[in-house]
Amino acid sequence: MKWDKRLVAITSGLTGGLALAATPAWAGLGELNLPYGVTSIAHMNYDLNMLVLWITIFIGIIVFGAMGYSMYYHRKSQGAVAAQFHHNTTIEIVWTVLPLLILVGMAIAATRGLVLMYDTDNADMDIKVTGYQWQWRYDYLGEGVSFYSKLDEQSNQARVLGSSVRPERVDNYLRNVDKPLVVPINTKIRFLITADDVIHSWWVPDFGWKMDAIPGYINRAWANIEQPGVYRGQCAELCGRDHGFMPIVVIAKTPEEYKKWLAEEKKRQSASEGAEQAAAEPSPAIDVAQTQS
Amino acid sequence: MSAVDHAADAHHHEGPEPGLLRWVFTTNHKDIGTLYLLFSLMMFFIGGTMALIIRAELFQPGMQLVDPYFFNEMTTLHGLVMIFGAIMPGFVGLANWQIPMMLGAPDMALPRLNNWSFWLLPFAFTLLLSTLFMPGGGPAGGWTMYPPLMLETGQAFPFIIFAVHLMGMSSILGAINIIATIFNMRAPGMTLMMMPLFIWTWLITAFLLIAAMPVLAGAVTMLLTDQYFGTHFFNAAGGGDPVMYQHIFWFFGHPEVYIMILPAFGIVSQIIPTFARKPLFGYASMVYATASIAFLSFIVWAHHMFTVGMPLAGELFFMYATMLIAVPTGVKVFNWVATMWEGSMTFETPMLFALAFVILFSIGGFSGLMLAIASVDFQYQDGYFVVAHFHYVLVTGAAFAIIAAAYYWLPKWTGNMYDEQLGKLHFWLSVASVNVLYFPQHFVGLAGMPRRIPDYAVQFTEWNMVSTVGGFVFGFSQLIFLWIIIKAIRGGVKADARSWEGAHGMEWEIPSPAPYHSFQTPPDISKVMARGDAHS
Repeated sequence: MKWDKRLVAITSGLTGGLALAATPAWAGLGELNLPYGVTSIAHMNYDLNMLVLWITIFIGIIVFGAMGYSMYYHRKSQGAVAAQFHHNTTIEIVWTVLPLLILVGMAIAATRGLVLMYDTDNADMDIKVTGYQWQWRYDYLGEGVSFYSKLDEQSNQARVLGSSVRPERVDNYLRNVDKPLVVPINTKIRFLITADDVIHSWWVPDFGWKMDAIPGYINRAWANIEQPGVYRGQCAELCGRDHGFMPIVVIAKTPEEYKKWLAEEKKRQSASEGAEQAAAEPSPAIDVAQTQS
Repeated sequence: MSAVDHAADAHHHEGPEPGLLRWVFTTNHKDIGTLYLLFSLMMFFIGGTMALIIRAELFQPGMQLVDPYFFNEMTTLHGLVMIFGAIMPGFVGLANWQIPMMLGAPDMALPRLNNWSFWLLPFAFTLLLSTLFMPGGGPAGGWTMYPPLMLETGQAFPFIIFAVHLMGMSSILGAINIIATIFNMRAPGMTLMMMPLFIWTWLITAFLLIAAMPVLAGAVTMLLTDQYFGTHFFNAAGGGDPVMYQHIFWFFGHPEVYIMILPAFGIVSQIIPTFARKPLFGYASMVYATASIAFLSFIVWAHHMFTVGMPLAGELFFMYATMLIAVPTGVKVFNWVATMWEGSMTFETPMLFALAFVILFSIGGFSGLMLAIASVDFQYQDGYFVVAHFHYVLVTGAAFAIIAAAYYWLPKWTGNMYDEQLGKLHFWLSVASVNVLYFPQHFVGLAGMPRRIPDYAVQFTEWNMVSTVGGFVFGFSQLIFLWIIIKAIRGGVKADARSWEGAHGMEWEIPSPAPYHSFQTPPDISKVMARGDAHS
């Protein structure tokens, strides 16, 4: 039996070695957990995630510990003689009720979390998000500002089968768009999420949630972003051939800067509206071209 | 009546028919069990090849090998083939071989139906796999077949629906047969609470199948009429509801999850007492826990759809119900550990796989508990964390149990002991590589990598490389399993009737290999019962 153990050691060594040798950088090995995020929902979900993780690790140590102890000491080769007991009502009640109590504790914490997430009332502003194959459309409700947002050109060239552009050379490969969503910080933003063709899902991990975008439905979610920054995500529900290529980029600015951006955007869009009406058949593609100019 | 009995009697003393037609016309539970198991093994390798194509493309960022549409076909068919082609027929094959022998019955209750339930499968999977070569390509909307995306499938669409119908029929017929056998064919004196746990878990699974599979058939038929007959069940523009499909699908889909794990619980509950040389701890609570899990499996379906925008009350109900499943599942794990406690253990290959099952399935259960927390599921949902979770449950859970069962009963089936050294090699390679394969998927999922994508942002590169290397080692290690089976069929050390020192139960009372017709007269179970074997 020694030789097969040795073979396992060699294989696992080789496995690890190969993986490391092929690794272009070490940075990705740190990608281990949920982001702590920039909204109260994200923080809460991170904390809940850690709470349940530690509970399961604790239970795991007890159960696997008992199992390991038994596997070591209750071996036939150690001369162990099998006992013949086959039930014990007390302990069976204990290990039914005790987990139940732990679950009740977890349920209370989780219920608080859900109630927080579902509180979409009293929002300061609304943004309608619409999923298309394969891009997003953002409407700033009541502001008359709207645009499409799709994969940036560099990523688009690099993602072709056998492309000469290396993904590592592209900034934020597959996580960059031609026109990002811009929002203010310290503002309760309500997202109204829907889709026009198939089901998509709008996911920015730093906000702590994703929400399915479903034709015929308008789903609600909210975020109150704490810090300015660039937050990236992507579509999370299989939506066809280019499902992997519809990223989301959100730029959070201070309210003042946001107002400035919004005013400029309004000016630009009203200027291009005339051109749009002149165009015989406005299509998403044309829209994008115009908003970019 | 007597004429029929007489004809059947004359037939009993014959061995198998010569020639290949034996396999086409057979009504023998052992032959049909073998057919199911070989079919399952074949599908395991076909589905595994698809998985390796997926892992190869995901080795590094950028598209190197396949078109994104083909990638989606691979993820879709990998799911369908593994679930309906590998895992389910694997368990049905074990049921066919073992249920009559463990009950002391001569055969299944409905032998001709048995033949037909198997022979539907090759047709179903020929249809399914042939869609890859049809204009417009095969299914690429995921194994869950959500509309509206699924309705974008080309000419392959009706073939997929028909294939799913055939698989469903096969499962339902198989389940009817198993229930009829267990209720009618037990050896005289064997009460339900004396049955081995493998029988119990299969009995409950069969009821789940009968309840769940017609729901799937209904869901895919509604897809079919939406596509071709102008209905709008799932078309929002016509007043339909795409989310309704998900509710119907998962009303099938969640019981399906337990269809794929309850028989595994049964197998592990046979193997651990054998190699611990100690009766199963908490037999009655095992039965009740299995029944509770089966009941709960019908009221938790929407935890697969926490992010579709359900009302708060719905989220809370499905979260609480889902968390409750941890209780009976925990009872089972504790019982297995208590069975080992103060036993006298040896670690032959079936036991190694069973022990790995207990640990790795529990890890899948832990991530399942995390996924049950609805608010955090808004992060986990549709990410690689989910992929890691269900592969721990289905590969190191269901598939490991089937492998363990194959090692455990191979001596009974072939009359030869398998090569223990190779078996251990197969185990250690599998258990090491399977963790290299799936554990890192927890990490990338938490860090934000969605599932079902052919290409990814560069920060996910390292763990995907690790995962792919693990995947290839795991995949190729299974060839050792194939070789071990072939070797055991061809020869080896002759197995005793009781192939394992601690093995108890009716199947170990007959010679190895089991004669073509066993228990033609009802056995006297008092001998077996007197040793307290019933519960192990």
